Amino acid sequence: MAEIVLRDVQKSYTQEVRVIHGVSVTIADGEFIVIVGPSGCGKSTLLRMIAGLETITAGEISIAGRVVNEVEPKDRNIAMVFQNYALYPHMTVYENMSYGLRIRRLAPAEIRERVERAAKILELGQFLERKPRELSGGQRQRVAMGRAIVREPAAFLFDEPLSNLDAKLRVQMRLEIQKLHRRLATTSIFVTHDQVEAMTLADRMIVMNAGVAEQVGRPIDVYDDPASLFVAGFIGSPAMNFLSGKRAGDDIELAGGVRVALPAELRAVAPEAVMVGVRPEHLVAQGTGPAFRFTVEMVEALGADALVHGPFGAGTLIARLEGHTSARVGDTLERHAIPGRLYFFDGASGRRLRPARP
Amino acid sequence: MVENRPWADLLAHAILILGVVVVAFPLYVTFVASTLTYDQVINVPMPLIPGDQLFENYAKVLSSGSEKGSHAAVLPMLLNSFTMAMGVAIGKIAISIVSAFAIVYFRFPLRNFFFWMIFVTLMLPIEVRIIPTFKVAADLGLLNSYAGLILPLIASATATFLFRQFYLTIPDELAEAARIDGAGPLRFFWDVLLPLSKTNIAALFVILFILGWNQYLWPLLITSEESMYTVVIGIKRMFAGGDATTEWNLVMATAMLALLPPALVVVLMQKWFVKGLVETEK
Repeated sequence: MAEIVLRDVQKSYTQEVRVIHGVSVTIADGEFIVIVGPSGCGKSTLLRMIAGLETITAGEISIAGRVVNEVEPKDRNIAMVFQNYALYPHMTVYENMSYGLRIRRLAPAEIRERVERAAKILELGQFLERKPRELSGGQRQRVAMGRAIVREPAAFLFDEPLSNLDAKLRVQMRLEIQKLHRRLATTSIFVTHDQVEAMTLADRMIVMNAGVAEQVGRPIDVYDDPASLFVAGFIGSPAMNFLSGKRAGDDIELAGGVRVALPAELRAVAPEAVMVGVRPEHLVAQGTGPAFRFTVEMVEALGADALVHGPFGAGTLIARLEGHTSARVGDTLERHAIPGRLYFFDGASGRRLRPARP
Repeated sequence: MVENRPWADLLAHAILILGVVVVAFPLYVTFVASTLTYDQVINVPMPLIPGDQLFENYAKVLSSGSEKGSHAAVLPMLLNSFTMAMGVAIGKIAISIVSAFAIVYFRFPLRNFFFWMIFVTLMLPIEVRIIPTFKVAADLGLLNSYAGLILPLIASATATFLFRQFYLTIPDELAEAARIDGAGPLRFFWDVLLPLSKTNIAALFVILFILGWNQYLWPLLITSEESMYTVVIGIKRMFAGGDATTEWNLVMATAMLALLPPALVVVLMQKWFVKGLVETEK
């Protein structure tokens, strides 16, 4: 159990190749933090720096109040779960789980007790004498987690632990990790590129892009109140619709010919080029908001709802309709944006437009 | 092939049988000659039916060698060969496995330079550097000793290279997991790498044992006393010099004896490393 503090953490391989551009975040004791971002955004590197597998170029990482920049991984009191499980292939499940404890010279009785307790939690009891190759992917994943649990570390670090599993197992393991965290309440940092995992698991999430933490916050806050164009597009599925527009007095003239009123508090800060975003689920049949008319080009019927795609302006607009929609390809559809659910971004920097602070 | 073509089958079998005969016939002749008397073996043509001197010939070479050539007994030579082959095989594996460990898992200055240095020596077989090696061994007082037989052959670029390639296929995460589990480098080597290398070690052992056993030129140079002869040298020394005729029956018996241990190693270890090759542990 521990608080983990990152203070302006940076990583560069050479002067030119900088992968982490200064990340600062305080992770509370017992919190479940998910670092999410596209591949190559530096999220795994950041996790490996916390684990001690990568050196820290600048900044400071502290675990439980102790600066660990120069501390070996084994002395950081953390446990890590790898994407490919990294189980020792020649050892049985029991040996795999107890290896770290044996190295730390715990009493054999204590080791046995801890492994058996973890095996019980993870329902691995009957597999303890098997080798990893005799287990399924999900079971191996559980062994990897068991190896972390028995250590009773200050923090768990998960490096995309679910990406090697099939879709159904992934959902199941996600729930198990959630249950496990509720039960153990150990500080956890979980890296993933899957925004659904991030939304469902996280107490708070860190959305990373190109080595920068674009936004840190509760999943629902990130969804409702994205800080930038990148976050708005990355979180939420299907992604938010973006329409580029030009300022026309107190309105924004969109590429598709629609005029959207600029909220009063943004009038002072809005630049000439503005990007307007609206989520597919916020385009409704009736309303008072601005109307978007488009021709249906494709219908994706997902059962519970249906996604309707159509050309609008220079791009494509996606709207989420009820599952049994009567919309067919070729129909013309009119949807209204829910007022207050339109997002305005600076067209140049991609930052969200915020009212100027008084 | 799943097609049913009797003539093709017949042809294939004929070629294979021919191949087996070509390989096996000299061995058969060796065996037959080792069971004949001296008079029978120098007859032309030599009989191709095994004689009745099997036990006499083998007992004789094992205990007292030949009469007309070298008089050294073959049994101690077999032991010398065995010691040398085991020394070379185990030594080569031990040294190359730790060298490969250092090259793959440690970042040290000139790491690549050292790897290439080792790699380049692949191009230099024993024969090329045999004179300087002999000089060094002689100056160190290693003539007529096991150390002299084994030490100069003990470094192996090939084995180092093979272990390096094997280590490179082991995922980095395994080393990282061990680091987080608290295993130091030696602990990781001992607990993880060594058990994973088992099958490679077995395969290399077979190859290196045979290599050590079959050494000819080096033992020929480094040994001058009969008590240090290896069996391969022993065969050569049995050739009678001058006008005397060679006792081919005894030479062939020695050859059969020299042939057995490597064959035995292959037969015994084969099962082991085929099993290892099938069950990949990674």
